[in-house]
Amino acid sequence: MELETATAFTPWASLGGGVLIGLSAVMVMGLFGRIAGITGITNGLIGAALPVPGTPADRDWRLAFLAGLILAPFGVMIAGGSVAQTVPSNLPGMAIAGLLVGAGTALGSGCTSGHGVCGLARLSTRSAVAVATFMAAGVVTVFVLRHVIGGGF
Amino acid sequence: MRTFFGFLSGLVFGVGLVISGMSDPAKVLNFLDVAGTWDPSLAFVMGGATLTAFIGYRLVWRRPKPVLDTSFDVPKATHIDPDLVVGSAMFGIGWGIGGFCPGPAWTALPLLEPGTIIFIIAMLAGLWLGLQAKAGQILTKVGSTR
Repeated sequence: MELETATAFTPWASLGGGVLIGLSAVMVMGLFGRIAGITGITNGLIGAALPVPGTPADRDWRLAFLAGLILAPFGVMIAGGSVAQTVPSNLPGMAIAGLLVGAGTALGSGCTSGHGVCGLARLSTRSAVAVATFMAAGVVTVFVLRHVIGGGF
Repeated sequence: MRTFFGFLSGLVFGVGLVISGMSDPAKVLNFLDVAGTWDPSLAFVMGGATLTAFIGYRLVWRRPKPVLDTSFDVPKATHIDPDLVVGSAMFGIGWGIGGFCPGPAWTALPLLEPGTIIFIIAMLAGLWLGLQAKAGQILTKVGSTR
């Protein structure tokens, strides 16, 4: 319920954060020659623990990337910034959401970073189709949950 | 060297996610709520990130190979298959329910919200299931037998 309140419009912070995300994608391409897709990087983590077909082999930088990603909020706090966040409190809902996000990105070969940022920057048609599909599915889902069913989210 | 620069790249990505508002599910859900409390901020994240990567990729591709590896390895697949469309739709539905996509979920993990922890565990289980399904090419087989 508490989530269904307006958030402030932050074009400059969002643009600045976006440039950093793009810069990271360029670093990963320039240094390792790879797509900075969080799904592929997470698959590398799963592959390190379990034998799964289709997981990437070079794990060293992927595991280090994930460590940097996880420690980022502390970096922001140390620099004097604030980390604002409101996470849905509906735990069964979050479990279903996580399952769909995990299975969907594995099946669709990518998420907002791999298809969205890196794929669109490469002018990939596959990625454009993926982005249009997950954006539309997200908008429809939020519309149904908030305005048709209502409450909770 | 690879480990250090991998860590640095992840840190820059994560700081970008936090500053931009991508790691706040309330902001993501309001971005997707075009008929309600719409917050268009995240369009600026996608715009800034994609434009930076578009220009930066073309600069680094002038080199014969990446600094710490032997070759550039970018996806070569071009066909639109059922896995891509169905998978992306499933991901979009999950994103619309929880407000998290994979990167921001990792970034939010150390703040230890119960919803984040449950989401990450379920996401890892889903990834594993999805990789198994993809290796078996379930959807492609269903599509081809029609």
